[in-house]
Amino acid sequence: MTPENKLDKSKMVVVEGSYAVAHAVKVCRPNVISAYPITPQTHIVEDLSQFMADGEIPNCEYINVESEFSALSALVGSSAAGARCYSATTSQGLELMHEVLFNVSGMRLPVVMTIANRAVSAPISIWNDHQDAISQRDTGWIQIYAENIQEISDMTAQAYKIAEDKDILMPAMTCMDGFILSHVYEPVVLLEQDLTDEFLPAYEPENILDPKNPLSFGAFADPNYYTEFRYLQEQAMQKALKKIEDVANEFYDVYGRYYGGLIDEYRTDDADIIIMAMGSIVGTIKDVIDKLRDRNVKVGLLKVRSFRPFPVEAITNVLKDAKVVVVLDKNISLGLNEGALFTETKSSLYNTDIRVPVVGYMIGHGGRDIKIDTIEKIIDEATEVMKTGIKIESQFTDVKEELI
Amino acid sequence: MVSIEDYGEFETAWCPGCGNFGILKAIKQALVNLGRSPHEVLVASGIGQSSKTPHYLNCNSFNGLHGRSLPPATGAKIANHELTVIAVTGDGDCYGEGGNHFLHTVRRNPDITMIVHDNQIYGLTKGQASPTSEIGMKTKVQTHGVFNMPLNPLSLAISLDCSFVARGYAGKVSHLTSLIEKAIEHKGLSLVDVLQPCVSFNKLNTFKWYSERVYEMDDTGYELNDRVRAFEKSMEWGEKIPLGVFYVNEKPCFEDYLDVLKSGPLYRNPPATEKVNDLIDSFI
Ligand SMILES: Cc1ncc(C[n+]2csc(CCOP(=O)(O)OP(=O)(O)O)c2C)c(N)n1
Ligand code: SF4
Ligand SMILES: [Mg+2]
Repeated sequence: MTPENKLDKSKMVVVEGSYAVAHAVKVCRPNVISAYPITPQTHIVEDLSQFMADGEIPNCEYINVESEFSALSALVGSSAAGARCYSATTSQGLELMHEVLFNVSGMRLPVVMTIANRAVSAPISIWNDHQDAISQRDTGWIQIYAENIQEISDMTAQAYKIAEDKDILMPAMTCMDGFILSHVYEPVVLLEQDLTDEFLPAYEPENILDPKNPLSFGAFADPNYYTEFRYLQEQAMQKALKKIEDVANEFYDVYGRYYGGLIDEYRTDDADIIIMAMGSIVGTIKDVIDKLRDRNVKVGLLKVRSFRPFPVEAITNVLKDAKVVVVLDKNISLGLNEGALFTETKSSLYNTDIRVPVVGYMIGHGGRDIKIDTIEKIIDEATEVMKTGIKIESQFTDVKEELI
Repeated sequence: MVSIEDYGEFETAWCPGCGNFGILKAIKQALVNLGRSPHEVLVASGIGQSSKTPHYLNCNSFNGLHGRSLPPATGAKIANHELTVIAVTGDGDCYGEGGNHFLHTVRRNPDITMIVHDNQIYGLTKGQASPTSEIGMKTKVQTHGVFNMPLNPLSLAISLDCSFVARGYAGKVSHLTSLIEKAIEHKGLSLVDVLQPCVSFNKLNTFKWYSERVYEMDDTGYELNDRVRAFEKSMEWGEKIPLGVFYVNEKPCFEDYLDVLKSGPLYRNPPATEKVNDLIDSFI
C-alpha cells in the first residue's frame, strides 16, 4: 500500500531544484564537500558555497579542486578518515570519476553524490538523458532516480541513511534530471533541520584512518581474497534492497512524505499495459495515464526509483498480471540496441513463470523533448502488441529520418 | 593568395566585448600572413568559451573534452605532420583539468602551437576561479576569495624547458598576431598565453586593468635562449606585466624522433601488408 503523501502547504516555498538539493545537503550536516563545476550541476555547488560563506554548515570543509577526479579522490581520503562526504556532478564529470567510483565502493565508503543527469559527449550536449549514470551502473554505487524536486531533495537524507547503515556501507548516487529538475522552480518543503536531526543519526563509522588504531585502506588483494570483496559488496547491495524500503517508510513516519521505496506504482491495479520509467518523465506519463484511463485504456505506471540495487522481485510482482510491458529508457547500450532498464527488466522475468511481452523504447536522448503525443503513440503501439504480439522489440523513439 | 575571408565569418556565442574576439582575429590574421590555407590547418580545442574558437574558423576543426585539447592535437600531428596544428584552450582547460597533459606535452615537444585564452576565470561555467585567478578574487564558489597560489604558466613552461614561450594580450591584436605567427613558425611546442578579459565574470582583471599594466618587452640585447633571464622575466607580474617572446630553445621536436614519419605522413603510408605476410610466412 502506498501511504498518502502529506505535504504541509504552510511549509512550502518556491525554490530552484538545485537550491532544494543544496539545502537538503546542508541539513544532513556533511563534514567535507568537494566538487568541480559543470553544467547543470553548478547551482548546487554555488548554493552550498553560499551556505558555507554564511556559516550555515558548521563543522564542514569545502574543498575546491581542479577536476572531478580530484573532487572524488579528495572525498576518498576524507571519508576514510571518518567524515560524512558530499559531491555533485554530471555527464563528463561523472565519466571522469569512473576509476574513483570503484575505489570508493571497494573501500566501502558511504559517500553521497547528486547527479544532475546529462547526456555525454560526443557530440557535446548539455541537456538531459540518463546515459551518464547508467554507464556507471557496475561501479558498486547505489543509484536512485527522482521524479521531482521534492523527491530528490528528500532523497538526500534517505541516501545517507541507507549508505551509512552498518550492514550496507555503500556509496549512493541520487539522480535528478538535469535542467528539468535542477533549474526548475517549484513549490517544495525544504528538508527540515529538526526532523532530519531526528531521522538521520550522526555518521559513526567503525573503520577509519585513525592514528590510535592504524588501519590500511585499499591494500592489495591477491587471487585468494579478491572474490570475497566483490561478494561482500554484492551482499551489501542485496541488503540495501530492504534498507531502501525501510528508510522510505521511516522517512514517511518522520516527515509524512513518501515516493515509493524501490519502486512506486500508479494505477497499476487492473492495468493491462504497464509503462516503466525512471526520473522526471514519470510525471508526464502519469498525465497521459489519467487521460487514457478516461477513455478506458487500462494502463498503469511502474516507476523505478532504485536502479542499483535492481529490485527484481518488486518489479516482477507488479508485472506478473500485465498483458504487455513497455519500458522507456533515456539511454542506450550501443551494440545491443536496448536501454538498460529494458534489458534488466527482461532478464528479471526470464526463468520465471511470468509470460508477458516486454517492449522497449529509447527516448529523450540529449534532451529531446518527450511529448504527451509521443507517449500516447507508444501506448497505442503497446495495445497492438497485446493483440498481435511483438513486431519490434526495442527501438529508438522520434528518430528524424530527414537528418540521417 | 589566402585571405581573411577564407577563414569565414561566423555568428558567435560569446558575450559582446569579450577578449576572445581579439584572439580570434589575431589567429586568422597570423594564418593569412603566413599564407596557410584553411585546408592545411587544424584547430583543436577542449571545452570552454575559448574552446569554441574552432567553431568560428573555416578550417579543419576538432572540439573534444574538457582539459583534453593537447593529446588529440598531438595525435593528429603525428598522423599528419604536414598539418599546421593549433591547440586553443583556456586557463581552466589547460592548466587545471588538463594540467597533466600540459606538463607532458611540453616535455614531449610536438610541433604544435598552443594558444591559451587566459581570462583568469572559468567563463563557460559562469565565473568560478581558475588556476590563474588572483588571490582574493571572490566568486560564487570562492566566496571568501581565492587563497590558492595562482599558477604561473610561463614560469612553469620555462622550468620544463618549453621550446617557445610567449605572452600576448587580447587588447593588442597586431602584437598578438605577430606572436602567433612566430609561434606557428617555431618548430616544437610553442605556448602563447593570452591575457583575455572576460567582461561578464572577471570583474577584477578587466580591459582597463590589463591595459594599465601590460607593456611590450624590448627583445633586443639578450639571448632568447637565456633560461634564467626568461624565468626571471616570467615572474614579473603586478604593476607591470610584460608581453612578448620570453624564451626560445631550438631543439629536436617529438616528430624528429619518429623514424616512421621520415617517409611522409602516416596517413599516406600504405599498410605494409606484403612485408608482414612475408614475415609471418618465414615462421611457418
Ligand atoms: C569533465 C568536465 N568537467 C567539467 C566541465 C564543465 N566545464 C566546461 S568548461 C569549464 C571551465 C572552462 O574554463 P576555461 O578553460 O578557463 O575556459 P573559458 O570558458 O574561461 O574560456 C568547465 C569547468 C566539463 N565540460 N567537463
Ligand atoms: S563569459 Fe567571459 S569568456 Fe565567455 S564569452 Fe562571455 S566574456 Fe567571454
Ligand atoms: Mg578561462
